[in-house]
Parts: sequence; structure tokens; C-alpha cells
Amino acid sequence: MEKFISHTGSVLPLRRSNVDTDQIIPAEYLKRITRHGFEDALFQAWRKDPDFILNKPEYKDATILVTGPEFGTGSSREHAVWSLMDYGFKVVLSSRFADIFRGNSGKAGLVTAEVAQDVIEKLWALSEKDPNLQVTVDLDKREVQAGDLVAPFQIDDYVRWRLMEGLDDIGLTLRHESKITEFEKTRAAYKPVTL
Amino acid sequence: MGKTLAEKVWESHIVHQAEGEPDLLFIDLHLVHEVTSPQAFDGLRAAGRKVRRPDLTVLTEDHNVPTIDIDKPIADLVSRAQVDALRDNAKEFGLKIFSLGDIDQGIVHVVGPQLGLSQPGMTIVCGDSHTSTHGAFGALAFGIGTSEVEHVLATQTLPLKPFKTMAITVNGKLPEGSTAKDIILAVIAKISTGGGQGYVLEYRGEAIRALSMEGRMTICNMSIEAGARAGMIAPDETTFAYLKDRQHAPQGKDWDEAVAYWKTLKTDEDTKFDAEVIIDANTLSPFVTWGTNPGQGVSINDNVPDPTSFSNENERTAAQKALEYMDLKAGMKMRDIKVDTVFLGSCTNGRIEDLRAAAAILKGKKVASTVRMMVVPGSAKVAIQAEQEGLPAIFKAAGADWRSAGCSMCLGMNPDKLTPGERSASTSNRNFEGRQGPGGRTHLVSPLVAAATAITGHLSTPDEV
Ligand code: SF4
Repeated sequence: MEKFISHTGSVLPLRRSNVDTDQIIPAEYLKRITRHGFEDALFQAWRKDPDFILNKPEYKDATILVTGPEFGTGSSREHAVWSLMDYGFKVVLSSRFADIFRGNSGKAGLVTAEVAQDVIEKLWALSEKDPNLQVTVDLDKREVQAGDLVAPFQIDDYVRWRLMEGLDDIGLTLRHESKITEFEKTRAAYKPVTL
Repeated sequence: MGKTLAEKVWESHIVHQAEGEPDLLFIDLHLVHEVTSPQAFDGLRAAGRKVRRPDLTVLTEDHNVPTIDIDKPIADLVSRAQVDALRDNAKEFGLKIFSLGDIDQGIVHVVGPQLGLSQPGMTIVCGDSHTSTHGAFGALAFGIGTSEVEHVLATQTLPLKPFKTMAITVNGKLPEGSTAKDIILAVIAKISTGGGQGYVLEYRGEAIRALSMEGRMTICNMSIEAGARAGMIAPDETTFAYLKDRQHAPQGKDWDEAVAYWKTLKTDEDTKFDAEVIIDANTLSPFVTWGTNPGQGVSINDNVPDPTSFSNENERTAAQKALEYMDLKAGMKMRDIKVDTVFLGSCTNGRIEDLRAAAAILKGKKVASTVRMMVVPGSAKVAIQAEQEGLPAIFKAAGADWRSAGCSMCLGMNPDKLTPGERSASTSNRNFEGRQGPGGRTHLVSPLVAAATAITGHLSTPDEV
């Protein structure tokens, strides 16, 4: 996992609340065999509407999704996070995330930063006026900056530390690799092996 | 205070422990199948990682595979792609795989035990919720998600928060005609599908001790249906006898050492569980489900319950919806429910003992003309053993369809499916809406009830045929 200290990019203002994981990615895509290549599945149903914001060329390079409360509710599918990341999103800003989605995001390296709803509203207004608006999400300072706007955000301490260190769960566990090796030496000889 | 079996196994696998962090547990055996693993392997590739312990990993093809014409390419292209991906990953990462046509191929939870890979005191995981099956050996065995599959592949460990423990004591002796399946369906009906959430269940008591390993696996298999991630049974002479001389069981001096250790794997006398449930086996009749979750079951002698009889509002609505989906009337006799299909198989009841029990009832009898019966061995080896014992001939003579190993009609992911509105008596573990095919209606039953039902065409017990 790449280290995440700070990211600057443009915003996709998604004026919706209660975006569940079925809307992020429909079930029909779960039979796929890769972890990547889910960008075309993101918000599949909504994308059929040519006026859906994701279809607008001026927002095509957005890397920060700014959305309403209760983002990521519903099924626990890990594919929801993958599709957002595959599409190019690095950060989701919302005033409230569903627990499982937030957990899955932390595992995969997608930053979910919780800001007050009035900040969301301001970012929506600003980025609708100027699609090229550059927003910085600074994990070190726990701050969102957009022009004059500076606002704090919330993120779990442990997850923040992990993201800043660039450690996924596997990376984190591998810090104890010598302990794993030690443990392996104590594994009883009578226990089975498959090869 | 003493320790529970689950705590003993847990503690003997802690690699790293620190305040405010989950425990890091070592995993003794990682079972892998085609559905939940492709993204995990993809993740390894993307990060340039290897499988840490190929020698503790084993792959099998089960969910997607057809159960006829297995020598031909899989017709469904999406299924074929998933199976091909598993084969490619096995090759790339140097892993043992049991492919279609291999003598050791079969349902992942049948394969592990039959090879002697599932042993007491081990930690066993698989990207599949019915991994709880292997707890029958006194192992701590549970299902994991795709990210965790990748984690285990890369590190052979998992960070985990401790579980609570629940004792399920089954006293007395099962009456003739009742089986392990009826015990577990009764347990789930009693504690509900959420009752085991956050717990490891430990099944104990006289009726559990009296069960064969096959029966114990049936019980542990369905722990997940009570919401528990794992179920366990302390190993004893029955366990040791089952394991002795299996391909991967310890040999010679190792065997003696292992057995000495296995004998220590039981809950200490003075231990308190976080929760306790007691069931009386003496009065247990065959259980069957009427609804759309495994907790919605009753004795086969009862009637379809009236939704208004449930005091809890949630249960009431759930029952109402279930009866609508199942197209059943409250108050009708369970025994009057007619079925179209009987499915004998799955990781719950697709073992040799299950096939033997059903064959004994079907011998010399005919499957009702209104019923199709599918008999699907849990593994290729089960199929071979059944052939040696002449079981397929009995099934075929009765008019049942004898097939090759796989998950088959347990879930609608391969060609063996119910059609909309079709009703089955099934020895599998889930009666969810559409589980056996969109619109299909499932009654969970024991192999004995399945066989008797196939003959009469309605839910029946062996004494009727
Ligand atoms: S038989 Fe059914 S429950 Fe068992 S592993 Fe296969 S699909 Fe899952």
C-alpha cells in the first residue's frame, strides 16, 4: 500500500445521501475474478443517465468524492471500495460513513474522511461553480483545504496511522515477520502439511 | 478457573499480542476454493507477494463445477473462468490443487477431513462460512472474507479479536430415526439464527459423544446458521479412530505424541462459559424447516406455525413473508407438504454415512413418480467408496439420479438448480429465498427424511415406507 500523507485533486460533488453498496456496485459484478477493473461497474445504474455527474467531462479527472451522509450502507461487499479506487478516487468525504464500508476502505487504502455536513455543502457549491477547484486532504494535519476554506476531519487514529505508514493489514502483520518465523519453528512435527 | 477448548486452541496459536491490538493468530491449514480466492491472488500479484506457506494451503474446485459430464469443459463461461483462474493460481504460486476428475476433488469441507488434514487443536480457515465443519475434530475453524484470504496467503496468520464461548449440551440419547441433522436444526430453532453471534459454540453431552465423526461434522457445519463463526467438539476415541491411518494423519511415534496432546484438548471441569444452552435428545423427533431461514424449523410431526403465534413482531413478519414465499398455509401438517425434488448431498450431508443411511431406506423401493431425486456425493472419494459398497446401484434402481462430486444443488451457482416455484426436500444447510435457484422453495431435512420423502412424495419419516 502507498503511503498517504496528503492528496490534492479535484472534486466530484455527489449530491446524494444513503448511497448503499448496491448502488456503488451491483451484485452482477461479483462473479468477476480480478480485484481490479471494476471502474466500469461504479454507480452502474446511475451512469445510464447521461446527465449523471460522473458522465460530465468536466469532472472526469476528479479524485475526491464529496457525498452526503450514510455513505456505503448495505451489503459488506469489498468490491464497492475496489470500484471507487479503480475509478481513480483516493478520498471520500462525507458527514457519515457506514461502519463496514469504512473498515473495508481502511483495509484497501481508500481514505474516508468525516467532515461536518456544512463543509460538504460548501464543497459541493464551490466545485459546482468551478469543476477544477483543487482540494487538499491532509491526513497529517487532519484538515481539508479548498481556497480559503479550511476544515478539520475525523478519522480513526489507528487507521490514520496505518495509511500514513502505507501499511495495509498484511504490511502491518509482516512487521512481526520474525515472530511468525519463530512461531513456525515451534509448530509440532505431527501437524499435517499439504505438499 | 479453567479454560474452554476454544481458549486452549486460541492461546496456543498466538504469534503476537499487544494492548489495544487484535491478537495475531497462526493458521495451521488454509483451504481455498474458486469463488472467494481470485481477488486474493490478484492482490498478492499486485503487491509482488508470495504464498508464505504453500505446504499449509490446499485448493479444490467445488462451487461452480457441474456434476455430470465432468470430462467436458464447463459450459457456463463465467464459472469456467473462475475455475480456470484457480488452476492458474495454483500453478503460479506452486499450490496443491484438486481439480475436477482428480480422486481427491470434492467439496472443500469434505476433502479436508477425508484426507486427515483436519485435526484436533488446529486453526483452520477458508473463504467459506461453512468452514465451521472442521470444528468437529476439536479444531478452531471458521470462514473468512477475501481480504483475509489474501492475508493468510501472504502471512499464514490473521489478526483477530477473541470470541465469547457458548456451551451447547445435548443430553440423553437420540431416538431411532433422529440424527445429527435434527439436533442442529433443533438447536438453531431454539437459539435462532442470530443466537450464536460473537460466540464459538462447543457441543457437548452424551448425545454428541455418541455421534460418529460424520454426524459431528453435520452439527459443526451448521453452527454458522446459528450466527456463530465456529463450532467445536472436543476430540475423543471416535475422533482418533477416524483419523488413524488417513493420508495426512501422523504416523508412528508422531501419532502417539499427537494423541497425547489431543487428549488435553477439552474444556476444564471448573470452566464457565459465557452462555449455556441445554437440549434433551431423548424427545427429539426429525426436524424440518417450513420457512426461509434455518431457524424456522419444527418437528416433522408438527404443523406449519401460525405467524400470529409469534410474540416477537420481527419474527411474526418474517414468518408471514416466509409462508408467502414458501406458498404454505398456517396450520397444515408438515407431513402433508408435497415436494418436487429431493436433494441428497452438500458439505452438511454428502458423506458416505449419509449415503449409506439413505440407500438403506431406498433399497428395493421406488422414488415417487412425481419426484426427481438427486444424489450427489460430497467428494470423488465418497463416490468411489459408495461404488465399492454398491450404493449407486440402489439409488439408480430406485429411480434416483446418481451424480459426480460438488456443491451441486446446495447453491444456485452451477447447473443443478431448482426452477421458480419448485419445492425441494434438501439435506443441505440453507433454505434462503432463491438459494437453490431463483424462486426455488427449500425444506431442510436429514438424509433419512430425504430418502423417505423421495418415496412418498411428501415430507415423511422412514417408518412410513
Ligand atoms: S456444499 Fe453448499 S454450503 Fe457447502 S461449501 Fe458447497 S455451497 Fe457452501
